[in-house]
Amino acid sequence: MFYIMLILIWELVYRLGVDVFGIWKSYTFPSPTNVIESLIVLTKTNVLTVAVIDSMRRLFIGYAIALILGTLLGLIIARFKYIDENLTPLILGLQTLPSVCWIPFSILWFGIDESSIIFIVAIGSTFAVTTAIESSVKNISPIYKKAAQTMGASGMKLYFTVTLPAALPSIVAGLKQGWSFAWRALIAGEMISASTGLGQVLMVGRDLADINQIAAVMVVIVIIGVILDRVVFGKLEKNIRQKWGLENN
Amino acid sequence: MAIKIENIEKKFFGKSKETHTLSDINLEFKKGEFICLLGPSGCGKSTLLNIIAGLETPTAGKVYLNDSEIKGVGVDRAVMFQESALFPWLKVIENVEFGMKIAGVSKAERRKKAQEYLKMVHLKKFQDSYVHELSGGMRQRVALARALTLDSEVLLMDEPFSALDSQTKSILQTELQKIWWETKKTIVFVTHNVEEAVFLADRIIVMSANPGKVKKEFKIELGRPRKVDSLDLAYISSEVMKVLKEEVEKVAKKEYDSDWDIEKDNVLYNADTDMGAGL
Repeated sequence: MFYIMLILIWELVYRLGVDVFGIWKSYTFPSPTNVIESLIVLTKTNVLTVAVIDSMRRLFIGYAIALILGTLLGLIIARFKYIDENLTPLILGLQTLPSVCWIPFSILWFGIDESSIIFIVAIGSTFAVTTAIESSVKNISPIYKKAAQTMGASGMKLYFTVTLPAALPSIVAGLKQGWSFAWRALIAGEMISASTGLGQVLMVGRDLADINQIAAVMVVIVIIGVILDRVVFGKLEKNIRQKWGLENN
Repeated sequence: MAIKIENIEKKFFGKSKETHTLSDINLEFKKGEFICLLGPSGCGKSTLLNIIAGLETPTAGKVYLNDSEIKGVGVDRAVMFQESALFPWLKVIENVEFGMKIAGVSKAERRKKAQEYLKMVHLKKFQDSYVHELSGGMRQRVALARALTLDSEVLLMDEPFSALDSQTKSILQTELQKIWWETKKTIVFVTHNVEEAVFLADRIIVMSANPGKVKKEFKIELGRPRKVDSLDLAYISSEVMKVLKEEVEKVAKKEYDSDWDIEKDNVLYNADTDMGAGL
């Protein structure tokens, strides 16, 4: 209901701004009806479906790589003080570096193809995952470790039976954050160096000066983002939080 | 002698100052004895317990368990904390099984034993619940069951009931007395509650603060099972309280403004309402 209202307001603004007062030209301001039309056309011609499938494939491969690398790196940093002290500032610096900055690098390494985008996705989210894992493991309540130690747990056993499970809720939150970094990196990468995918369709819209196609693709990006966020990570997070008693109902 | 504490010193080195937490502690606990370490907050009684547990190392001195020196934590000394320290990602029964799982006990065997101990603390029907579904008192029961599964000779308890309401507390105290009686463990119990100490202990070690020292020992030679409301208990409590009060005042004076005084700031005292009492 709220969203229907929002779309109505959007349409109203379009009508007033473009048709009545003529503040904007119709090619500089998208209208909801035209965006929906454009969505239907893109779907019918299969452009959108192909783009979504391509983008998703890159996202999953890139994010999977980031998960593996980021988790390993995070665990290593949390485990060894020397590496922590020396590597953490670098990781923090790399994390603040926008993923678009890696594009020139990636094109020189991989050329304009699939692997260059996967590289951008992976590198864009690896450091977010790393910092999340690292701080989750570091911030677990010391009482759990103490209790486990008095029951004879030590070394690897302690790590796998207590440290990691205790860190799990915040690890999942961190992975979620890493995922949103991956999603942004993907679109950025596709806009610049891809021949398929959502980002590329967006750029085609720009080349054709078709504001409605641009808006349509943006809508799709937002919807996919929300769905993945809610369905995949939302459920996972909720399950864990409920089990732990961090959330009622 | 089950536990022998020899010349223990503990200092903490902060950024600007060092704190002398424990000074020259010498104690001996017999096997099967119930010892209460009693003292005001900040007297180092928990630190002493942690040293016995092996969770902290003393600056100087040694602790022996059955003539072998304690170096680090070990399953021969089970520990119970003020917070239950149960693992929220495990079910109640899995929490109780944890120590046995680490020790490599087979699944069937540890399940059977865990159920036995859960029964002992009367929580068998909650074995498949998660920790957050239990009340504070129930959690401490589970923590007690978990500690008992280690079959340790010594049980170290760090104010385990101090966060509970007084009814739950007295029920658990009575049950702990019974479990101690049945299992014949050596228990070292840290508390700041005089009645609790007198009710439970064979021997009370009253500690003084700044630095933490043994101030006085009380042997509580009351028959068992003891009852919470017995008059003897109240009498001995008041004796112990006299000794403890000086310490509590000393700590309070250090923490509050210099104009504070325990007599003067007693809310109920007002000279005008005396009507000549004490003449």
